[in-house]
Amino acid sequence: MECYFDNSATTRVHPEVADTIHKVMLDEYGNPSSMHKKGMEAEMIVRNARETIASTLKVDDRCILFTSGGTESDNMALIGCADAYKRSGKHIITTKIEHPAILNTCKYLEENGYEVTYLGVDKNGLVDLSELENSIREDTTIVSIMHTNNEIGAVEPIEKAGEAIKRKNPSTLFHVDAVQGYGKWRILPSKQNIDLLSVSSHKIHGPKGIGFLYIGNGVKINPIIHGGGQQKNLRSGTENVPGIAGMAKACELIYSDLDNANDHLYTMKQRLIEGLDDIEDIKINGLTGRESAPHILSVSFGLVRSEVLLHALEDKGIYVSAGSACASNKPAVSETLKAIGVEKRMLESTIRFSLCKDNTMEQIDYCLEVLHDTLPMLRRFTRH
Amino acid sequence: MYSSFLIKYAEIGIKGKNRYLFENALVQQIKYACKRCEGDFEVRKAEGRIYVDAVSDFDYDELIDNLKTVFGISGICPMIQIEDNSFDNLCSVIVDYFDREYPDKNKTFKVFARRSRKSYPKNSMELNADIGEVLLNAFPELKVDVHDPDICLYVEVREKTYVYSQIIPGPGGMPVGTNGKAMLLLSGGIDSPVAGYMISKRGVKIDAVYFHAPPYTSDRAKQKVIDLARQVSKYSGPIYLHVINFTDIQLAIYEKCPHDELTIIMRRYMMRIAQSIAEETECLGLITGESIGQVASQTMHSLACTNEVCTMPVYRPCIGMDKQEIISISEKIGTYETSILPFEDCCTIFVAKHPVTKPNLSIIKRHEHNLDEVIDDLVKTALDTKETIIVKIEK
Repeated sequence: MECYFDNSATTRVHPEVADTIHKVMLDEYGNPSSMHKKGMEAEMIVRNARETIASTLKVDDRCILFTSGGTESDNMALIGCADAYKRSGKHIITTKIEHPAILNTCKYLEENGYEVTYLGVDKNGLVDLSELENSIREDTTIVSIMHTNNEIGAVEPIEKAGEAIKRKNPSTLFHVDAVQGYGKWRILPSKQNIDLLSVSSHKIHGPKGIGFLYIGNGVKINPIIHGGGQQKNLRSGTENVPGIAGMAKACELIYSDLDNANDHLYTMKQRLIEGLDDIEDIKINGLTGRESAPHILSVSFGLVRSEVLLHALEDKGIYVSAGSACASNKPAVSETLKAIGVEKRMLESTIRFSLCKDNTMEQIDYCLEVLHDTLPMLRRFTRH
Repeated sequence: MYSSFLIKYAEIGIKGKNRYLFENALVQQIKYACKRCEGDFEVRKAEGRIYVDAVSDFDYDELIDNLKTVFGISGICPMIQIEDNSFDNLCSVIVDYFDREYPDKNKTFKVFARRSRKSYPKNSMELNADIGEVLLNAFPELKVDVHDPDICLYVEVREKTYVYSQIIPGPGGMPVGTNGKAMLLLSGGIDSPVAGYMISKRGVKIDAVYFHAPPYTSDRAKQKVIDLARQVSKYSGPIYLHVINFTDIQLAIYEKCPHDELTIIMRRYMMRIAQSIAEETECLGLITGESIGQVASQTMHSLACTNEVCTMPVYRPCIGMDKQEIISISEKIGTYETSILPFEDCCTIFVAKHPVTKPNLSIIKRHEHNLDEVIDDLVKTALDTKETIIVKIEK
């Protein structure tokens, strides 16, 4: 049985999305900037996509900027705004458990004269709101907090954080990296004090290489990519029309069946947790109930190296990742796991299961069966 | 600009009666190298030399890069061929050539003329003097220096007349295929590809064996080894890469033998398996990337223990080299970047914290007996299930 449990790394493209892309590639192949009819057709595809996506967030469609994905959206939000507001201040706040797209962009900004405060998290990976409030200063221009953590599925108190930020300093911008949260929760930027929101298409059954950044009205932002002046001069480069159309279709599909899909995901996650119960020396990282992400479960298996367990599961057709596979295949110790205080011996023994609505209970049961069979064998042979 | 190349070879020149075998092998290898390049080429052996002539449009850099991978070539000389026999014409071609090749004339030079065709009106000494004079007249800043010139201008009067002054260094060594075949134990590290390259450079064809240990080593680790073999095959020609599933043998050793001896015993089995494939495939020796003292399993004591299972000669070309020297070669041959990719190989997965550095052969042998019940079957299964991949440069 093939079980793809690595949906936080990427997802399979939905067949309807693939059809949309295929059709746009063959029919509406014009350049949206061309003045003739073929250009116009392509521009309409982009415009409709923008509207579809904006409606999932209940925002004005002019607030949607197409990018190449989550990483570019995060870079654009931080660098673009840090630059635009550099006269108001050079202080940025983020957390220790962000995706490398945020953490390394912050490092880059630090090298360029900005000051960054990294908020710690509790054992469940949640930020402390009073620590957040105390860190906000007169010269704090951006606070960036992820919606849902990609490694342990912690869901941050975004709404309360938004209130706290605006209470302390109304001119501080609030950026939310929603790469793992969009498509699992209803996110309403205008009601939740969110000024900037990053989303990636390939995490929600859309194509790779496309994503968007929501930029609230009145937010000043400078481009980080320069060229022909597309997208109101904010993101030059010919629009990825088929990608945009595909992403819009994926957004539409994921929000059309959100509640059912989430129920199914939580049920599977619960079954997985229960089924692991009788395995010795394991630890589930972070919260597991409805307050956590429906699709992510991080488990540390003592005395087994995660890479070995990963390949042993792979051999049975089960695909998972060791910690977070998203950044690269370099075996490095996870910052998130360290930040939530995972024991040292468990750091290299942690596996992430990430589900999608296409997974089934049968797959969960099969996976549990394989784990029960494989773990004793793997634990017999450990490094000394 | 150049469409003819004189190929210089070093050691073949000193061979005796079988010299032609080496030359023919070199011609063959050069032809293979030319085949990988766009364009048509003629490779010919004449008057004890090898020439490559492009007979269509071609990419100069591509040709040179490919010729630089042919063992046996010590130098590649881009040259001008002149068919017209008159001395005046020769001089005007040389002046043009010189002007184009050396925009800065503030240099010293020496002419090395050689008249093999004795019917030519001027002898070698006269050619040296007369050509030198023509050049000095044409470019007054030039100076002659017969001891340590900046530019050595070679003029060879044969059937045709050849002019060259540049020698692009080749890899040296001897053409592959002139010295039998050996089996390389290829891991994902830095040393073993270098070892394969060095032995191949002596004219030896190589095959390789890789020990795969799923699920402890991943498919990416295996792909890395295939990539390394492919890079080495640029020089050595096609490599038959035998992939052995080593997991069960490793686990058996882990369970039945002391952990601090695990690596030594494991390497003894790797050698046995490599040797058995080598015998089957008519290899005359084994090649490893070992270097004395680099790690616990490469101390003199450890090497003696590992070597004891081999009846075939084991070639260890890196044996006396420092790590940095090995790295320099791996950078030169283009394997370094791949070698340092961080995937676990089967030598490191179960390595003990403090492995023995001075293993005692009789104790090792005694502990190996713990495996007696299972090991023959496991080795047989490993050999029976080996996967063979033919690795070569495409095109």
